[in-house]
Amino acid sequence: MSTEAVVMMVVAMLVVWGGLVLALVNLVRQGAVEDRSDGA
Amino acid sequence: MSTTAGHASEHAEQERRRGGFSSRRVFILAAIGSAIGLGNIWRFPYVAYENGGGAFLLPYLVALLTAGIPFLLLDYAIGHRHRGSAPLSFARLRRGTEGLGWWQVGICFVIAVYYAAVLAWALRYTLFSLDKAWGADPEAFFFGEFLQAGDVAVTADVVPGVLVPLAVVWVAVLAVMALGVQRGIGTLSLVFIPVLLVAFGVLVVQALLLPGAGTGLDALFTPDWSALASASVWAAAFGQIFFSLSVGFGIMITYASYVDRREDMTGSGLVVGFSNSGFELLAGIGVFAALGFMAQAAGTAVDEVASGGIGLAFIAFPTIINEAPAGALLGVLFFGSLVIAGITSLVSVIEVVISAVRDKLDTSRLTATLAVGVPAAVLSLVLFSTTSGIYVLDVVDHFVNQYGILVVALVSMLVVSWALRALPGLAGHLNVHGRPRVGTGWRVLTSVVAPAGLAVVLVLALRDDLAEPYEGYPAWLLGGFGWLLVVALPLVGLALSRLPWRSGTHLDGPPPGADPSAPATAPTGARTGTGHSEGGLR
Repeated sequence: MSTEAVVMMVVAMLVVWGGLVLALVNLVRQGAVEDRSDGA
Repeated sequence: MSTTAGHASEHAEQERRRGGFSSRRVFILAAIGSAIGLGNIWRFPYVAYENGGGAFLLPYLVALLTAGIPFLLLDYAIGHRHRGSAPLSFARLRRGTEGLGWWQVGICFVIAVYYAAVLAWALRYTLFSLDKAWGADPEAFFFGEFLQAGDVAVTADVVPGVLVPLAVVWVAVLAVMALGVQRGIGTLSLVFIPVLLVAFGVLVVQALLLPGAGTGLDALFTPDWSALASASVWAAAFGQIFFSLSVGFGIMITYASYVDRREDMTGSGLVVGFSNSGFELLAGIGVFAALGFMAQAAGTAVDEVASGGIGLAFIAFPTIINEAPAGALLGVLFFGSLVIAGITSLVSVIEVVISAVRDKLDTSRLTATLAVGVPAAVLSLVLFSTTSGIYVLDVVDHFVNQYGILVVALVSMLVVSWALRALPGLAGHLNVHGRPRVGTGWRVLTSVVAPAGLAVVLVLALRDDLAEPYEGYPAWLLGGFGWLLVVALPLVGLALSRLPWRSGTHLDGPPPGADPSAPATAPTGARTGTGHSEGGLR
């Protein structure tokens, strides 16, 4: 594989799968905040 | 009991009868199952390859963030706030827009009828993979021995090899639908989505270990930056995002209506949107690694073997399976993944129709399933288990996607954004429990950027179809199963919107207690079946 192709593949993975991880973290954290609010 | 409390209690009972997802996890898996379909596996890799390779990532991400996810959140907000199928949600948004919901229902019915046929092919090919039944010439086998496709004509010559798996698909799908939202769709998603991820993950690893895989990935990811100057490349990115995310034709409205009122729909939408794109990227890697192997084995360049759609699945992959070590395993994983991805999408498409029928007529789940499923199955078997099935399928698929989904999505967005000016109210609803908050940016993206992107895709598609007949098919086929169908669907939708709602249906804005963003003094009287609009800008 050319360097250019490797870089683009890694960037694509980081952006898309990184975005998914961030979205999951946001959802989990938000759920925890909601739970604390309900319990208060 | 006060009137307000009485209406709230009545509505709670109606919601109980409608059913719903038991948890956020089940809803997210079901929504991911709907979004991840055949297009993720066989459409995205080739679209990316054809439109700049690695450079396509830029317009693709722009389309995802500026149009796909904002539009997904719009669908979620409409369904979650108004607690109904697409027609009921639009009727509650404003009575006169109910026809938009039925238009979406009509599109889903048509898609279900032909989508099941492709699943039947994939199901049969999963079994064919075990002994590579297609032999040395997969193309001749697919069109000849398997589909028995003859001249372009509509025939009644049944192909038993397609009829039987198609009947199996319909029996399985209707059984799932009869079980209901949680026990049927929810359980199916809980089991099948993890299985899909594992199966496809194994397939990708196997493909990456094949000789020549690097050549395929090189072809997919080497960027052609000049492509970014082309409007058609940007249109391809917006088109891929729209077709892939299942937005704009009722699915996400329907699924969102089954979610707990306190759920974070914005956060859930981000997870669904990125999961869909994450799977597409995985599919791109797996498919092009396999195509690289195919090119090396044939001693040609990747561009000689690269293909998408039916050609990729039923011709290129069998060729790869013939040559690859442990090819039978590769075949079972690939076609099994197609079946699983397809079936979780198919149930979501049919649910749009069943949910609408149940809301309108107040029928039981089983009655609605049979009332929708039996005619759909019969039509599917009659049209697509014959020797002319592939031609009809190709034409219907092209026109319903290009001029059914795109047009109804565009019209819905424009109506909600500009005619009803409902975005502030919908944003307020999303923000009650949703994070991150949506604001002016989301409203601009949903009312301007996403419609503009859709409009460009639509104009370019129309230009191509007017310049020359799609795939060279005869005018009678394109007219009868293409243009006539896409013109008839909104008219049928309009006619269905004239039918009365079942007695007691709340049509006066969001149902009582459904919209925590509403002021405490908001009117909650259930004017049933009246022409009142919510018009609610807060």
